[in-house]
Amino acid sequence: MSSTDPIAVFRIEAAECLEQIEAGLLDLTHQLDDKALIDAVFRGLHTLKGSGSMFGFDALAAFTHHCETAFDRVRKGEAPATAELVAAVLDAQDHMRALVDDPNGDHDATSQRLLAQLQAAVGGAAKPAQWVTAAAPASVVTDKRKTWRIRFSLPLNAMINGTNPLGLLDELRDLGECRVVANTSTIPSLSALVPTELYLSWDVTVTTEQPRSAIDDVFIFVMDDMQLDVEEIDGNAVVATPKEAVVSAAPAAPVAPAAGEIVPVKREAPAQVAPVADQRQAKVTESVRVPAERLDELMDRVGELVIAQSRLSQLASASADIGLRSVSEEIERLSGELRDTMMVLRMVPVASLFSRFRRLVHDLARETGKVIELVTEGETTEVDKTVIERLADPLVHLVRNSIDHGLEPPEERFAAGKAEAGTITLSARQSGGEVIISIKDDGRGINRERVRAKAESSGLIQPGQQLSDAELLQLIFAPGFSTAAQITNLSGRGVGMDVVKKTVEALRGAIDIVSLPGQGSDVSLRIPLTLAIIDGLLVRVGAGRYVIPLSAVEECLELSLEEDLRSRGRSFISLRDSLVPFLRLRDVFRTGTKPDVHQKVVVISTGTERVGLVVDQIIGDHQTVIKSMSKLHNDVAHFSGATILGDGSVALILDVVHLVTVGQQQEAHLRAAG
Amino acid sequence: MKLDNLWNGTHWNDDGELEVLTFDLNGETFALEAVMVQEILDILPETAVPGSQPFVGSVINFRGKVIPLADLRLAFGMEAAEATIDSRIIVIELDLQDEPTLVGLRTDKVNEVTTLAKASSEAPPSVGMRWRPDYINCLVKRGGEFIILPNLQAIFSARQNKALSA
Repeated sequence: MSSTDPIAVFRIEAAECLEQIEAGLLDLTHQLDDKALIDAVFRGLHTLKGSGSMFGFDALAAFTHHCETAFDRVRKGEAPATAELVAAVLDAQDHMRALVDDPNGDHDATSQRLLAQLQAAVGGAAKPAQWVTAAAPASVVTDKRKTWRIRFSLPLNAMINGTNPLGLLDELRDLGECRVVANTSTIPSLSALVPTELYLSWDVTVTTEQPRSAIDDVFIFVMDDMQLDVEEIDGNAVVATPKEAVVSAAPAAPVAPAAGEIVPVKREAPAQVAPVADQRQAKVTESVRVPAERLDELMDRVGELVIAQSRLSQLASASADIGLRSVSEEIERLSGELRDTMMVLRMVPVASLFSRFRRLVHDLARETGKVIELVTEGETTEVDKTVIERLADPLVHLVRNSIDHGLEPPEERFAAGKAEAGTITLSARQSGGEVIISIKDDGRGINRERVRAKAESSGLIQPGQQLSDAELLQLIFAPGFSTAAQITNLSGRGVGMDVVKKTVEALRGAIDIVSLPGQGSDVSLRIPLTLAIIDGLLVRVGAGRYVIPLSAVEECLELSLEEDLRSRGRSFISLRDSLVPFLRLRDVFRTGTKPDVHQKVVVISTGTERVGLVVDQIIGDHQTVIKSMSKLHNDVAHFSGATILGDGSVALILDVVHLVTVGQQQEAHLRAAG
Repeated sequence: MKLDNLWNGTHWNDDGELEVLTFDLNGETFALEAVMVQEILDILPETAVPGSQPFVGSVINFRGKVIPLADLRLAFGMEAAEATIDSRIIVIELDLQDEPTLVGLRTDKVNEVTTLAKASSEAPPSVGMRWRPDYINCLVKRGGEFIILPNLQAIFSARQNKALSA
């Protein structure tokens, strides 16, 4: 069940790592001098290189090494962070992705090209080894050797977390002459000693040509949790014993790393380490990686528990046993809480979805020559992970649409009296049982005439046919519909709005479009909060019981017998001055039963369109664990799934989108006839 | 030479034997390979699925899962029948479009698990039978009566294809 293939695990980690690098780079384009970001990107590259070579992705490791070297120079202040560099590393980062996906492919040509690009961006020199001479400032201090006193201690649980202090000491030793003293005073008595804990702290004296930052680099991955104190001292003062004096007399620089990395730059006061460490104290919450199937299994179990619990409640409420009733209430509370926790488990913030668009917008801006600002709102809103996965493609399409069709070129915007930079706003917010994700632009809006012309020419509507504005806008969801005057690189790739709509509907969601000419468009996707458990309205039609998703229910009315009779000819009810078509579910489902005396109308909507469903009885709210129907029932259109009621019987869940469409079609048909 | 290729749905073992579960439908005896049987249930409340084909016209709650309930009678063009005190539901697992799918089968009575011999089996006769020959894997003679081994794959995929093209 769980995937134990280390390569697969590496790929997932590499993907996350690359995502972080990309996010860091994109942030960097706005704040080129942000040291924390530069460090973050460097760390990402370093991790990728390390784990890449560990898992045998040698091409990746070698290529990443060059990027890391380039970035290291920026980090050390030897080369400026420029837009070209960031762009080059962004491209390089795409290439790393390719190297992760296909490590054995032929990537040499691309690698060479990208490295050349990178080198050009970082200093114009041709070879990494020459960068140093090209960029090294003339005023470098001539006496390179310095002696540093380093005191550090790691947290008690450092070794449990996989940190090996010996490795750190080895790295320090690689810097130059080194004297290590372990502080053993904190080792407890034998009875209190836990063998897996780390009690030692160290006092290290290093004499090295390397800059101060080389010392920090040794601790770069443990910096967050450790105590580190580095100070520069007079080298001779510490070399106390004659034996060590001999050692210190030996020629310097025992291990010379790649030439490009030995660039002594004097900077940073010793005391600066502490604040840096403090900043990083803001800890990332720990997380556990769990295969999605396991969560699904857990969700199924919780679903069954909720079902069993509602049966228990039913039995208890019919019983006079006080004990049973109180246990039942307790179980009800617990299973409710468990259900809530369970739902949250699958939720991830939409930030992870939105962050992908920064790159897209960045690239599209370069491609189209438009100035685009991407604003994201409500990134902490949480959505089911599967929903996020499935929404990625539709959102890409919508964002492309906004940029390609919506936003005007700068001159045109200027002429229209707008700011030169167009704004794309991606926002997410929660509203009741739904998450609303909207893509808004301040461009030219949807051109109604063009939509109409296109619809007429493709035969979707009759020439001159009267349409409401909403109906007109809905036309863009028709298959094969595109208003792009010419097929550009962005549009016309076959992913149409119809696919977007289908995807959203498959998630039991809906799309609303608001578009004002000259002011821009706003496309909102309304997605149910979770896919597995919904609140439903349980109704009875004939002998059968059905569930209507509560999020779609607008209101419930009574349909009196005489009104029912009067409405025989037409299938409308008047609802506060608007006519709402209705469907008699008794007829739709061919129950062959007589209507109840007090029939009810449940008005459901998919946002803009409403339809009434005539049912015999409204039973009440019901928490519904959605079960999918088998392939043998693929042809049954009226239902989107099934659920199990408290008594163990099955009730079908009505497909709201489908029924509204049926109702609206019936209405259109009647109108055309009348 | 028997028409072996017609029986490709049946997995006789090396000794030419097959372990089956036999059950009754409208007075005929049918048999299913015992390995595909998951469970035998008493009659459960059924929920009709309006708009579905009568052959798989309802669903049941099988241990928290909603599974279709099929009536082989309707596939074979026999009369539907009311449940009796002996009626049972056999839950089987079938591969539909390469996906294991649980399906319940209505039966009038579940008889026994027994072993059939390939030697006494016959391909369905091409004439003189009121059922579609492609819905039957083979007939096995036993003690003067015939046991029918239905070809469930053919029956369900026919329904399924019809459903998908609809």
